[in-house]
Amino acid sequence: MGKKLLFKGNEAIAEAAIRAGCRYYFGYPITPQNEIPEYMSRRMPEIGGVFIQAESEIAAINMVFGAGGSGVRVMTTTSSPGISLMQEGISYLAGVEIPCVIVNVMRGGPGLGGILPAQSDYFQATKGGGHGDYYCIVLGPSTLQELVEVVFLAFDLADNYRNPVIILADGVIGQMMEPIEFPPEVDISKLPPKKWATTGAKGRKKIILKSLFLDPEKLENHNLHLQKKYKRMQEKEIRWEEINTKDCDLLLVAYGTAARVSKKAVAVAKERGISLGIFRPLTLYPFPYNQLKKAVENGRAKGILVVEMSLGQMIEDVKLSVEGIVPVGFYGRTGGVMLVVDEIIGKAENILKEVM
Amino acid sequence: MEEIKKDKEIKTLEDVVTHYCPGCGHGIVHRLVADAIDRLEIREKTIGIAPIGCSVLIYNYLNVDFQEVPHGRAPAAATGIKRAQPDKVVFTYQGDGDLASIGTAEIVHAANRGENITVIFINNAVYGMTGGQMAPTTLLKQKTTTSPYGRNANIAGFPLRVCELLSSLDGVAYLERVSVSSPKNVMKAKRAIRHAFEVQLAKKGFSLVEVLSQCPMNWRMGSIDSVRWVDEVMSKTFPLKKFKDVEIS
Ligand SMILES: Cc1ncc(C[n+]2csc(CCOP(=O)(O)OP(=O)(O)O)c2C)c(N)n1
Ligand code: SF4
Repeated sequence: MGKKLLFKGNEAIAEAAIRAGCRYYFGYPITPQNEIPEYMSRRMPEIGGVFIQAESEIAAINMVFGAGGSGVRVMTTTSSPGISLMQEGISYLAGVEIPCVIVNVMRGGPGLGGILPAQSDYFQATKGGGHGDYYCIVLGPSTLQELVEVVFLAFDLADNYRNPVIILADGVIGQMMEPIEFPPEVDISKLPPKKWATTGAKGRKKIILKSLFLDPEKLENHNLHLQKKYKRMQEKEIRWEEINTKDCDLLLVAYGTAARVSKKAVAVAKERGISLGIFRPLTLYPFPYNQLKKAVENGRAKGILVVEMSLGQMIEDVKLSVEGIVPVGFYGRTGGVMLVVDEIIGKAENILKEVM
Repeated sequence: MEEIKKDKEIKTLEDVVTHYCPGCGHGIVHRLVADAIDRLEIREKTIGIAPIGCSVLIYNYLNVDFQEVPHGRAPAAATGIKRAQPDKVVFTYQGDGDLASIGTAEIVHAANRGENITVIFINNAVYGMTGGQMAPTTLLKQKTTTSPYGRNANIAGFPLRVCELLSSLDGVAYLERVSVSSPKNVMKAKRAIRHAFEVQLAKKGFSLVEVLSQCPMNWRMGSIDSVRWVDEVMSKTFPLKKFKDVEIS
């Protein structure tokens, strides 16, 4: 590992992508992630990479398609309304199995919403988002150190599974500054060749990257093939963190910035004699359903409080995980309003009162 | 004059049965693209982008690598391919719904960036694949399944002239409108398509050939009447012309 550097979240994403071997970036300006295209527009020409400011997010994601289909590491970044425009392209990328990394620095919605941080695109990211039976791998980091590591991981996962990977960050993560250490730089020349890429039919049969299957059985088979891949992800790629899950009265479940605030709440609650634990999913798809259930079964928590910067999205997966074995409560603020530690503790106390 | 090759002699053309309707222009244009790729000996370094439309299956007919992308987005995907592989030859093949309606932003901006790609633009004045609805290129008074009383400018605006529109952009190197309505016009189209690829090979910037192409099925005409309609009616709104050509040194 190198030395610690002080970075702003958005710029850390850009620099981490470059160090992870990304030389192609296509994007369209939108707050709160503009530092990423700005950084890329400076850095890419220095290292022989490509930066293009696309005419829209629709164009950006299709540029990603073309470059990804050429076999290179490629990234686009945007914020919530931009992701909505990209959904068609993401569905095609998933259907054609083209690897790429997509970062959503979430802001409040719906519609134009606001420019302040939120986590209200969880459903859109983790349940497909566009049309068709597909999933993207979704990663929700909560510190800048984790963020840069997740960027490296995202490129590897995208290549390994030939699948789009979404990094679900929020405006807090994009805008805050923290010291970070970048993982060792990836040597692009040592990455495994992508024999499926369209590079010209030289000395081999032509390659067609497509998602059209007019024969229903062939289309069903293609979908079954994708499902097998998603199953493999569920078996191998689930990542999460547990803090004090065994010996707590109540378990908080949160990701990203909500998990940071939840950690603070755990410390403050401890001073007040309330024992809280945290279960923090890092992979939001595949979601750690079994792992969360086990954490509840193996601990003494009498209930769960889901904490989100939305009005309740991940809570649906939490309820699916615990299958009613403990009550699941919710605390969330949205629209860019920050979560309040005292309010988390207050909600936790209410749940505990009800179950005791 | 150049000899005319038999289909079987064109290496880039696959030996398969066509799915196009009798008299359709797509098949002729596929052959011209294949012929150009052969003559320029670029088959092994060419990547095509298929549109959404009747010609989505173009990859069944041409023996080159292909990507199939969302409706209208081919110029954006072509940008991604060309930027990642600048030494390859990249072309899109797009209908008028694909290029001139849903994909207007992508074609204008790819042209304006001067992307060093080639676009083969098939103008058949209707949406073929979805059953003959009005296209942006549908002529005034032309009847389609969504302009049953004839295209009325007060309701549906005017036929969009893509070459005229793009000709003001500095990034454009070569623009020509041709047709495949007669042997003579086919030969002109053949030269234009080959030239468009030559412009790309010379790294001169964006090249586009618009081909007025018959759709007998949705024009509700026989093959002979269709080619006559191209010559006598369609090319009045869309004059056959070279709009722009940078010199290739
Ligand atoms: C987003 C989206 N909207 C609509 C369609 C349906 N659609 C398929 S082809 C087509 C139009 C094709 O017309 P054109 O581009 O003129 O090509 P042609 O079939 O005439 O060759 C449409 C609207 C689609 N596939 N995707
Ligand atoms: S519908 Fe028209 S464009 Fe499509 S294959 Fe038939 S004739 Fe050709």
